Amino acid sequence: MTRVTDSTRAHRTAEEIGRTARGPRPLPPLGETRSVPLPAVATQTLRSGLRVLAAHRPGVPMVEVRLRVPFAGDEREHPARAELLSSTLFTGTAARDRVTIDDELAAVGADLDVGVDPERLQIVGSGLAAGLPAVLGVLADVLTGAAYPDAELARERDRLVERIIVARAQPRTIAREALQRKRFGDHPIVREMPAGPDVAAVEAEQVRALHAAALVPGGSTLVLVGDIDPQAAIAQVEQALGGWTADHPARELALPPALVPGDLELVHRAGAVQSQLRLSAPALPRADERYAALQLANLVFGGYFSSRLVENLREDKGYTYHASSGVEFVPGGAVLGVETDTATGVTAPALLECRYELGRLSMVPPTAEEVEAARRYAIGSLLISLDSQGGLASTLSSLDADGLDIDWLRDRPQRLQAVTTEQVAEVALEFFAPSRFTGVVVGDAEVVGAGLRALGGIG
Amino acid sequence: MPAFELHRVTLPNGLRVLLAPDPTTPVVGVAVHVDVGFRSEPEGRTGFAHLFEHLMFQGSESLEKLAHFRHVQSSGGVFNGSTHQDYTDYFEVLPAAALERALFLEADRLRAPRLTEENLRNQIDVVKEEIRLNVLNRPYGGFPWILLPPVLYDTFPNAHNGYGDFSELEQASLDDAAAFFDTYYAPGNALLTVVGPIEVDETLALVERHFGDIPARPTPPRPSFGEPLPGAERRQSVPDVHAPLPALALGYRIPDPSTELDDYLGHALLASVLGDGEAARLQRRLVHADGLVTDVSASNGLMGALDARDPDTFTITAVHPANVDPDKVLVAVDEELDRLASHGPAAEELARQSARWAAALHHEDDRVMYRMLGLGARELLFGRAELTFELPERLAAVTPQRVQAAAGALRSAGRAVLLVEPASKGETE
Repeated sequence: MTRVTDSTRAHRTAEEIGRTARGPRPLPPLGETRSVPLPAVATQTLRSGLRVLAAHRPGVPMVEVRLRVPFAGDEREHPARAELLSSTLFTGTAARDRVTIDDELAAVGADLDVGVDPERLQIVGSGLAAGLPAVLGVLADVLTGAAYPDAELARERDRLVERIIVARAQPRTIAREALQRKRFGDHPIVREMPAGPDVAAVEAEQVRALHAAALVPGGSTLVLVGDIDPQAAIAQVEQALGGWTADHPARELALPPALVPGDLELVHRAGAVQSQLRLSAPALPRADERYAALQLANLVFGGYFSSRLVENLREDKGYTYHASSGVEFVPGGAVLGVETDTATGVTAPALLECRYELGRLSMVPPTAEEVEAARRYAIGSLLISLDSQGGLASTLSSLDADGLDIDWLRDRPQRLQAVTTEQVAEVALEFFAPSRFTGVVVGDAEVVGAGLRALGGIG
Repeated sequence: MPAFELHRVTLPNGLRVLLAPDPTTPVVGVAVHVDVGFRSEPEGRTGFAHLFEHLMFQGSESLEKLAHFRHVQSSGGVFNGSTHQDYTDYFEVLPAAALERALFLEADRLRAPRLTEENLRNQIDVVKEEIRLNVLNRPYGGFPWILLPPVLYDTFPNAHNGYGDFSELEQASLDDAAAFFDTYYAPGNALLTVVGPIEVDETLALVERHFGDIPARPTPPRPSFGEPLPGAERRQSVPDVHAPLPALALGYRIPDPSTELDDYLGHALLASVLGDGEAARLQRRLVHADGLVTDVSASNGLMGALDARDPDTFTITAVHPANVDPDKVLVAVDEELDRLASHGPAAEELARQSARWAAALHHEDDRVMYRMLGLGARELLFGRAELTFELPERLAAVTPQRVQAAAGALRSAGRAVLLVEPASKGETE
């Protein structure tokens, strides 16, 4: 028989290892809470309509950059054009080619990534704080003069088609696309990844036209956080990006339709050894006065590891490595998502347990102890997430998109503190009832179909 | 880079302690690095080191199952653990008020973990789901970290799958777990790292209070995992039923970071010159000039820089369209390596790459979690947590000649070539 150690030395048994002469010991109490105040955020809207937020957060000699431009489009061709724009934005201007752009950024330790989704285009990155003027110089050049050279565009178009093929082979992408269609029908919010043939058909002129029409400062926000002087940084932005102007604001995504509860859709993936369960229901946006209560109810349900969902599906049943729930913000509102990936053989039992836990959260609401644990986690993990330049910059950027500022963030611990167990029970009943959900299951339908249909609620 | 002061103490039971005070943060990080990774698991028990990592979260003498997670999170903290080639880490980051509680939680499981048959069976199921999620049910699963080593290496420790075969995971017994713990989780085989707004003496007293009475046990001998360099190219193809496009990985051996650090860093910068950013050599040649590959990357170290002792692997990976002959990709890579081996990189090219490295290291340093994990891993593997603070300068001092020599070394040695080939479902099942 194989042994895990080749030592001939005798070892203790598992039982001997698990106990000592002194016996179990008490958990030490928590010590004194230490708080480090959040920095002031200097905010200014430039004449072009670009909002600039800057905060001093030393620690390391870096600056974090987040540019968010609302970037919606209704046209069927919009996602393909937007995706290609995003992958060629940094490939050339009148003054710089693709390599020069990267060289200038690298010289100041900077990286800038462009990403686009149905709501927004974002440029996210960081660099050495002393290199901020160089970073802003490159940024201004591409925002005002990206040339989308024909050869670069043609090459990136081919690559994008290949990357889309690879991405669509990922089960999580298949599940996400099916869930978005199930939740929002054919609203533009579902078009997170264009179709390969649509990308192949995009011409350089169309990308240039989209840039002129959509990559504009009005309604956009630039966040800078790091070892910087906020007022000086804003002045640098004003100088560098002063030429980035347009006569119309950036375009916001229209409100998606409200979620309709209904049967889960079974999406067939032949030969899959694991299934993706994705359930969803309407939720509350951050600005809602009941949001803090919803956040705590969500944590108790599946929002962190010590949740009912994880303790049941993973730690009791061993059905999954990963199970979670969370709130996703969409224009005008928010949706709740529950997700897990489980072996094909236990797909139906896992769905049964998900529904059971949803029902249980509504009917057997979180106890005072569960609420208290979730509350301390919410407050503590907020502290941790804001304890870095990047974490603070990303949070400020996404809050700003919802019209919320650092004061909202500062008051958040108090709002969480004020939530009562009764308020959590109320939102649990209203938002986690199984009857409010819709969703998808991706898996080998020939194997998982019978069990799922026996449970019911499968379309 | 701000050089935080480091304080080192070794407890009488052999536990090494590394304290890195930082008064500017409100959070504290506590990590235990144990000097055993998946290279130390025996034949017939692939995946055991990782499975055992899962068991260490399943309760201990003072903590019922689930209690560890609950205590960390209800103290406002986050936690995790991970299994690498040569070490396993366990850690939490919490509001500073929870420092003593975190020390208690780590000490309790290092002293007396609760290893039960029920938890073992449960975690075997969980680990199998983890492997289905990350390997079996997705394209390019385990590429290249599981697939490349068996091509480059001959000995079991270096070549085998660290996630494990299902049949071997299923055979794992409670007695295996007991033997593994007693052998490798001796206090003298572990390092405790604490980072945050801590008072050194006060923290040492807390460490002594919670870890001090873990009895000393013999520490296991640390075997060498060295094996001869491959003399020629070794090539292997593997089918992937989920992959829509072919992929390839090249694997090369690299210098021992504990004895040839500057040569090792020369290889690290070579990886950057080849693959990091739009101006990198392989990006320009393979992606743009020749249009051979969709994406390409290069990395010095199978699981990251300075993350393993010798031997470790330099990798170049690429995904390419089906109509591109992989040999054309290999020829282009070789030509770019030859060019660097003959002429070296330009001084400014190197300066830009070391500026990006410095920025990346600052980034790591800005989060207590990453700073702590970097300090702990470098202290455990090389006895030099200071490397964290010295790296920007040492990288900036790497000469074009050293990168040139690294390119020459890759070209003159044997290597592994792994080809991932899209397969229809019928071919492999």
